[in-house]
Amino acid sequence: MSVSKHIRNILPVILSIIFALMAWQVTVQVTQLPRFILPAPMDVWLRFLKSLADGSLLYHTGITLSEIILGLLTGITFATVTGYVLAKSRALEKVLSPYLVASQAIPVVAIAPLLVIWLGDGILSKVVICALIVFFPVLVNTVVGVRAVPNALYDLMRSIRATRWQILLKLELPASLPVLLGGLRIGATLSVIGAIVGELVDAEEGLGFLLQLGDFQYDTSMVFVAVFMLIALALSLYGVVTLLERRFLNWQS
Amino acid sequence: MTTSKSILTVLNLSVVFPDSNGGLTALENISFDVAPREFICFLGPSGSGKTTLLRVLANLLQPTAGQVHFIHHQHPKIGMVFQQASLMPWRTVLDNIKLPLELEGVGEVKAQNKAREMIRLVGLKGFENSLPRDLSGGMAQRVGIARALIHDPDLLLLDEPFASLDALTRERMWMELSRIWQAKQKTVIMVTHSINESLFLADRVLVLTQRPGKIKLDVEVDLPRPRTDDIRYTSHFGKLAKKLRGAIE
Ligand SMILES: Nc1ncnc2c1ncn2[C@@H]1O[C@H](COP(=O)(O)OP(=O)(O)OP(=O)(O)O)[C@@H](O)[C@H]1O
Ligand SMILES: [Mg+2]
Repeated sequence: MSVSKHIRNILPVILSIIFALMAWQVTVQVTQLPRFILPAPMDVWLRFLKSLADGSLLYHTGITLSEIILGLLTGITFATVTGYVLAKSRALEKVLSPYLVASQAIPVVAIAPLLVIWLGDGILSKVVICALIVFFPVLVNTVVGVRAVPNALYDLMRSIRATRWQILLKLELPASLPVLLGGLRIGATLSVIGAIVGELVDAEEGLGFLLQLGDFQYDTSMVFVAVFMLIALALSLYGVVTLLERRFLNWQS
Repeated sequence: MTTSKSILTVLNLSVVFPDSNGGLTALENISFDVAPREFICFLGPSGSGKTTLLRVLANLLQPTAGQVHFIHHQHPKIGMVFQQASLMPWRTVLDNIKLPLELEGVGEVKAQNKAREMIRLVGLKGFENSLPRDLSGGMAQRVGIARALIHDPDLLLLDEPFASLDALTRERMWMELSRIWQAKQKTVIMVTHSINESLFLADRVLVLTQRPGKIKLDVEVDLPRPRTDDIRYTSHFGKLAKKLRGAIE
């Protein structure tokens, strides 16, 4: 992609951000709302610089990010392994799927307090909440992806005496990768929600903790900073998945 | 053909696919022997079970009844060309062709060189790095042929490999296949719809009946080799062709 084309692609995004900031500023000026209800963009920016300078922002972002990544990895690992087994065995799918579907009727938000009670208010409970919220969409996509591998290609692999392991690595994995990455895309976004839900229940650190602290202290600018940080995290994860898709799925038109 | 010197014996083979009304019989009571280095063609109407037979021989499908015996009771190394090219869409032409070597653990450099050699053989030079989505049907089919030959199999199973090629390329592939078959001493079992093709290539042509497939005719093709284009104007060729045409419903 040429530089000018790149600029043309992101120009609308930049313009819309500038427009939103202006609208925000105008709202603050016109309504004259107190700062603890709606801080101005500049207040938030200064609060951002301050929390960056004293190191608190990066520290808490780091905590939340590690919860997300650990939760995502755990969730993906369990989901793909379970999904693969379910995709391969109709019998097992029949036995397990009622439980899996029923488990989806329980919102993770509702059992988050339980998990915090059981696992403590540290990082572990958040990782587990993250993993649980990521589990189902990745599982479903794994089953769909593996089932969609063309039979003709299984025939090919078996005609040249591929081992189970070779079939997994050289056929099933690449063939189902588009659907798997689709699941990861959904999972990545959900994992941010999972971590925050866990932190809002009870935590001593993390962006959710920062958010609540700001709330208690009427430091609304701080709340905004934390929210923007969360958005940045979600977008970055989304970006990573997009990069993976560009790198590994360029064979798709 | 005596059993003792055959590389492959098929005995009373039947294949029934389960369906809603008592099963669909694709093949019924098929028996034949294949001698080492023999080139056999199967002719038959659509749906007579030709693909099904190849799938049984490749050990991709368990027969409902009957047996397939290979010499020394071990399954030979197989190269198969499928009716649909069956390429991996995420692999380039070169990577598709070298897949069998990869599975055998052949080193990357050696595998690539061998794949390039095969690419030249099937006339796809310049398309090494193309993806299957950018190939025509005939080109994809040639990738499939190159892939079937690359790991030097003992038994070649070819399912209408030249169906989507133009006449000129097809005849060039006939020559190449004849040459490879004679040079490398392979056994070939090939399915085709073309009487000309079968007479051009085969030692023996077997004709299957309309479903359920049974062997209707088993003809030795005693035309001299190497066979060139002129052979089709000989009276013997004409006689054989007429016999085959008469057998195909
Ligand atoms: N996996 C399967 N399940 C059920 N029926 C099948 C299956 N494979 C083939 N058949 C049936 O078996 C019969 C023979 O099929 P086959 O593909 O072997 O025919 P063919 O001789 O190769 O035909 P063509 O010349 O059109 O390729 C057909 O009626 C087909 O519908
Ligand atoms: Mg067929």
